Amino acid sequence: MMTVPSKVATRSKSALTTVILFLLLWGSAVRTHTDLGHLVSGIGNMGDLFAEMVPPHSKYAQKIVNPLVQTLQMAILGTSLGGIVALPFVLLAARNVTRAPWLSWPARIVLNLIRTIPDLLLASIFVAIFGIGAFSGVLSLAVLSFGIISKLWYESAEAIDDGPLEAMTAVGANKLQWIAFGVVPQVLPIFTAHLLYTFEINVRAATILGLVGAGGIGLYLNNTLGLFQYQNTSVIVIAMLMIVFVIDFTSTKLRERLL
Amino acid sequence: MAAKWYKLPLYNFRRERCYCGAKKGRFDGPMIEFQSVSKVYPNGTVGLKDIQLTIYPGEFVVIVGLSGAGKSTLLRSINRLHEITHGEILIDGKSITAARGKPLRMLRRDIGMIFQNFNLVKRSTVLRNVLSGRVAYHSTLRTLLGLFPREDVELALKALERVNIRDKAFVRADQLSGGQQQRVSIARALAQGAKIILADEPVASLDPLTTKQVMDDLKRINQESGITTMVNLHFVDLAREYATRIIGLRAGQLVFDGPVEAATDEAFAEIYGRPIDKDELLGRNGA
Amino acid sequence: MTTQTALQTPVNRYGKWYKVGVLVLLVALYAWAVSGIPFTGIQSTAGEVARSILYGMFHPDWGFVYQPGGEDLLRGLLDTLSIAFLGTSVAAILAVPFAFWSAQNLHKYKTVSGSGKAILSLIRTFPEVVVALLFIKAVGPGSFAGVLALGLHFVGMLGKWFAEAMESIDLGPMEALTASGANRLQALWFAVVPQVMPHFTSLTLYGFEISVRSATILGIIGAGGIGTPLIFALQSRSWSRVGIILLGIIVMVTLIDYLSGFLRKKLV
Ligand SMILES: Nc1ncnc2c1ncn2[C@@H]1O[C@H](COP(=O)(O)OP(=O)(O)OP(=O)(O)O)[C@@H](O)[C@H]1O
Ligand SMILES: [Mg+2]
Repeated sequence: MMTVPSKVATRSKSALTTVILFLLLWGSAVRTHTDLGHLVSGIGNMGDLFAEMVPPHSKYAQKIVNPLVQTLQMAILGTSLGGIVALPFVLLAARNVTRAPWLSWPARIVLNLIRTIPDLLLASIFVAIFGIGAFSGVLSLAVLSFGIISKLWYESAEAIDDGPLEAMTAVGANKLQWIAFGVVPQVLPIFTAHLLYTFEINVRAATILGLVGAGGIGLYLNNTLGLFQYQNTSVIVIAMLMIVFVIDFTSTKLRERLL
Repeated sequence: MAAKWYKLPLYNFRRERCYCGAKKGRFDGPMIEFQSVSKVYPNGTVGLKDIQLTIYPGEFVVIVGLSGAGKSTLLRSINRLHEITHGEILIDGKSITAARGKPLRMLRRDIGMIFQNFNLVKRSTVLRNVLSGRVAYHSTLRTLLGLFPREDVELALKALERVNIRDKAFVRADQLSGGQQQRVSIARALAQGAKIILADEPVASLDPLTTKQVMDDLKRINQESGITTMVNLHFVDLAREYATRIIGLRAGQLVFDGPVEAATDEAFAEIYGRPIDKDELLGRNGA
Repeated sequence: MTTQTALQTPVNRYGKWYKVGVLVLLVALYAWAVSGIPFTGIQSTAGEVARSILYGMFHPDWGFVYQPGGEDLLRGLLDTLSIAFLGTSVAAILAVPFAFWSAQNLHKYKTVSGSGKAILSLIRTFPEVVVALLFIKAVGPGSFAGVLALGLHFVGMLGKWFAEAMESIDLGPMEALTASGANRLQALWFAVVPQVMPHFTSLTLYGFEISVRSATILGIIGAGGIGTPLIFALQSRSWSRVGIILLGIIVMVTLIDYLSGFLRKKLV
């Protein structure tokens, strides 16, 4: 008795979901001028492009060493700056550290809003303000890392064991001592792991910031594409893949050791 | 009836019990004084109801009562991990209820606390955990930089020695067994130089043998240094074995207070509101 | 015993030099990093521009939200959402076979799942913007290039997540089906798919959240969506238009996060 109507309800519900999904897909396809034929020809064109990219022009590798190094430097500085600025916000936003909602809520709202702005967009704005160059890149990476890391950090700060905090209260510690002896030792390894993870993301981001003039290897990517030097493009792409891969690999290994 | 034991002329803990090691000048005054203390939790639950209680230096008090009777609430009100809603608590003559900021921290410094689940920082070394009991003695900057004076380190090591785990000083706390971890937290309270030790079910997560070791440590420290000790326990036989004085709570009220000799089976039956159950005994002889 | 004596030796001594070493290394690292960033090219107008942008943020060009005739904020955001939606959907479908390929617990040999994982991680390593640039070269600028780029990139992401979800499932039902004579495909369909479906849906939604963020910037390099009017507004220094577009992006991303989070919570 009871199951029959509910079965009908589930059926019509999933039917409705399917219809809505298809409508959304169809609408999206129309807006983006996508159709199947287009798709097939697009993949074919991509194949042609790839054909033009080989063999990579190995001599070009020397030219991109410097921008590649700069990409890393930008990522290091950006991550560190972001992390430093994030720390006080994190302590404010973590509800078990700051037991005053009127402080932790505004801190959270600021963090969530900043997190919505994507990397290239930040870079475009900073380039508009500070001009073309790696400095703008560092600042955008700093803001980017701030957004990513603060959320990771305050969530892990909220997950710590309350016991040692209580013990520090019982011992008569003041707020700073309470943080240093109760909170910090518990979060240090996981905070470091998050910092490394953010660094990985930053290296990826740093490789493309050059597209809008914010320093690093990205600028060269744009140039070679614009000049149809596809064999140089492939060198850059390979270099990017390598750097991202190496950083990801080492950082992942380090993170595994930390946790 | 039994609750009024202290009105009887025979018992006087000040004379009988605390000669051991209590420092001069503390003989006369009570160590902890509850002056008609009540606690109502924000949700309306009554935690404590009009508690009138005086603890003298050097006593080893065991608090018993059913689960939810208010044992933890009582203990945690003493160092104000819980706020009371009515009355006043005096520590060595000073009101902790009225204290704020630094004076409060100074009072807390004199009260060591031992928790059921140890509350150690698992990733820190044993020594650092013990040293963390000393922070209230030094400036913030000094402690944040980890620059404890050498005497403190020696004090901490000595404290570890007294609970027989000095060899673990540089081991990470999470590599220790439960009993060893509990002894680290006792060492923390010792290094703290506390006049009072509060222990909230310190052995509830330990096996019978380790239980004995930890309780023996607490007892020995109580006798050697005359540190006033208050322990919440679940097991009747443990309470009888270690306490000099037993306090019974029921529904937030003081229903028994007497020397261990007065805590007969009938007295316990009254505290629990029924005869003693098997699982209220640790039963170390049998099963 | 030996470990105990080793641990007994005070860590302090060793720890001190260790700390000093780390400190020196860090200082050197930062000195090196700073040396690579030129500070000379900073615009003298920086303060002024920053102020104008802030002014623009607080005085957004409301007129741009909807313009009957042409490119406006709402249409830009709609394009962005369409790119993200289509890209994620295509990726989700393509990711399923990849996930079956690279889930370790479904194969006897580690090389099978290992090769699948390697391909997925290779795909993921390409930043989506780089993929988009290549697609622009191949199929011309516009939303279509954006869809392709996101689609490809998210095959890598979703494939990995799907595979991980699959690795965490209970293999008991699959054994039971095999024992009752089902072939491999039947076993997968009746034992694995029902278990992983809610996870896949939830992960796809999460992927959609991320792809919306990515889609907002594709226009900056010419792959359609709200990024295009944004880069025009930035180049022509019409800050109040930049302001309204930023606001639009923030509101859209927040709403999508909220909505998707709500749906995901209902799923599990
Ligand atoms: N934070 C709280 N909010 C509301 N009520 C509480 C809170 N903590 C404890 N209580 C209530 O106060 C009463 C006393 O609790 P308390 O923890 O002191 O009991 P206990 O004697 O220590 O019990 P146990 O042996 O289980 O530890 C109980 O009824 C409990 O439900
Ligand atoms: Mg309790």
